[in-house]
Amino acid sequence: MFGFKTESLFGQTKQLEREIDQFVDILSEVGLVFKSIVSLYLNNGNSDKFDGMVEQVRGMESKADKITKEVERTLYEETLIPDARSDVLRLLEHMDELIGMYQGNCYHFSIQKPDFPKEFHRDLISLCETVVNCVESLCLTVRSFFRDTKSVRDDAHKVTFYEKESDIQFSSLARKIFDSKLPLDQKMHLRYFVEKIDRICDQAEDIADEIQIYAIKRSI
Amino acid sequence: MDLTIIVFLLGGLFLGWSLGANDAANVFGTAVGTRMIRFQTAAIVCGIFVILGAVISGAGTTETLGKLGSINALPGAFAACVAAGLAVYLMTKFGLPVSTTQAIVGAIVGWNIYTGSSTNIQVLITIISTWVLCPIIAGLIAMFLFTITKRILRYNTLHILRLDAYTRLLLLLAGAFGAYSLGANNIANVMGVFVPISPFTDINIMNILYLSSAGQLFLLGGIAIAVGVVTYSKKVMLTVGSDLLRLSPVAAFIVVISHSIVLFVFASQGISNFLNSINLPSIPLVPVSSSQAIVGAIIGIGILKGGKEVKWGIAGRIALGWFILPVIAALIAFLSLFVLQNIFNQTISF
Repeated sequence: MFGFKTESLFGQTKQLEREIDQFVDILSEVGLVFKSIVSLYLNNGNSDKFDGMVEQVRGMESKADKITKEVERTLYEETLIPDARSDVLRLLEHMDELIGMYQGNCYHFSIQKPDFPKEFHRDLISLCETVVNCVESLCLTVRSFFRDTKSVRDDAHKVTFYEKESDIQFSSLARKIFDSKLPLDQKMHLRYFVEKIDRICDQAEDIADEIQIYAIKRSI
Repeated sequence: MDLTIIVFLLGGLFLGWSLGANDAANVFGTAVGTRMIRFQTAAIVCGIFVILGAVISGAGTTETLGKLGSINALPGAFAACVAAGLAVYLMTKFGLPVSTTQAIVGAIVGWNIYTGSSTNIQVLITIISTWVLCPIIAGLIAMFLFTITKRILRYNTLHILRLDAYTRLLLLLAGAFGAYSLGANNIANVMGVFVPISPFTDINIMNILYLSSAGQLFLLGGIAIAVGVVTYSKKVMLTVGSDLLRLSPVAAFIVVISHSIVLFVFASQGISNFLNSINLPSIPLVPVSSSQAIVGAIIGIGILKGGKEVKWGIAGRIALGWFILPVIAALIAFLSLFVLQNIFNQTISF
């Protein structure tokens, strides 16, 4: 009526809600797959299963890209959430970068094949778990931003907690690597991997900080 | 119909156009300013509902305005309308949401002074007091609704997109209600001075469609307002929507609904009769300023937010316009009556 497409507006809204939920699901799932990939690599090295899982991450990243573009197009074409549109789009872009970081790490394992001695396995897996927990908390924060802004602060606090935890684990592991008898080039190579994994938490924390600001802006 | 009658009616239609360009922007200004509703959609809905309000519920406020000064010759009514219209047009040029109500009241008082007719001071005081009350009531309603809405939203887990969709729908409904109330309340400004001297005869088609001569004037006036909305209101809409205070879409809805309630209450014979029936003092049916209502509501919300976000400079400029406008309208009316009487030899009063 009068150029105001009520039915299609609500249809579009539900579709967009589903897509944003799906996007957050992907971020969460990529983390879980990444954790399995690292364990698998440490136990079996490069295997067919490992390659399959890396391919799975690539597929997820590409799906997330498609969703970001679709959400961006719909938000602008239908002039939806004019007051929060730029915040939402920036949020999706930064989350997409996070998925990209997971994917990058997977590729680096696959291409560079780092040789982690057994003594570091437990610490590396533990670091990966903390990183995944951190991103999981970020996913909760994002969902809260869309549905329940009063919970954003609590959820964002968990992200900060895991980020600090990850920093401690990173420092400890890096110290162990450099205290070991490994040759310097291998030490540098391993440190590079540990640092790249830890950076995921830094990015997650930055996004959580942004969300807290967006949530304040969302108050009526 | 005599051609001169049509020419004189054009004065009212011009005022209607001014009202559409200026006051009607208040109804959808916040929605368009916050980009929640497209201007085109707002203009069409506003136009239709303004006409409906004018034709269905426009009689109450017209009666009150008639008591202020009964202009009894068509050229006199023409001059009053042109004066008010010109005054509003000048202020609109500066992007200020001024009030047609104050312009027409200034013009009628100008006519009274020029013709030596007495101004009904009691009615004038009632009208002016509603000007003061109107933004205060709108502000209080907005504060109440804002507090309630904030509380509801706090405990609700609506997705941001769903909330956005509902807000758009509510803004459209509130805008339609606001446009209806504006038509009902402000049609008196446009056509009120013509009612006692209406050139039309009642129309009755097989007892199905009945339109009194006043009703036909209201229909014409309503159409003029609608044309004003479509052709010239965009600039003021954007001023109201974003310049005074940055509003969230939900706050924009609260502003529009608060404004609409005030205009409806001051135009509703039903509410007035109901209050009378339960022995409460009835509300005077007075054409109030939609600009004042909207500014009152926006400032009410601004105060709740701590008052820091309200751009008081713009609010002050708008308030200044309220004082200047009736004076300018009275002066222009005085001047145009002089010209009509002495240059065009028109009878401006009996």
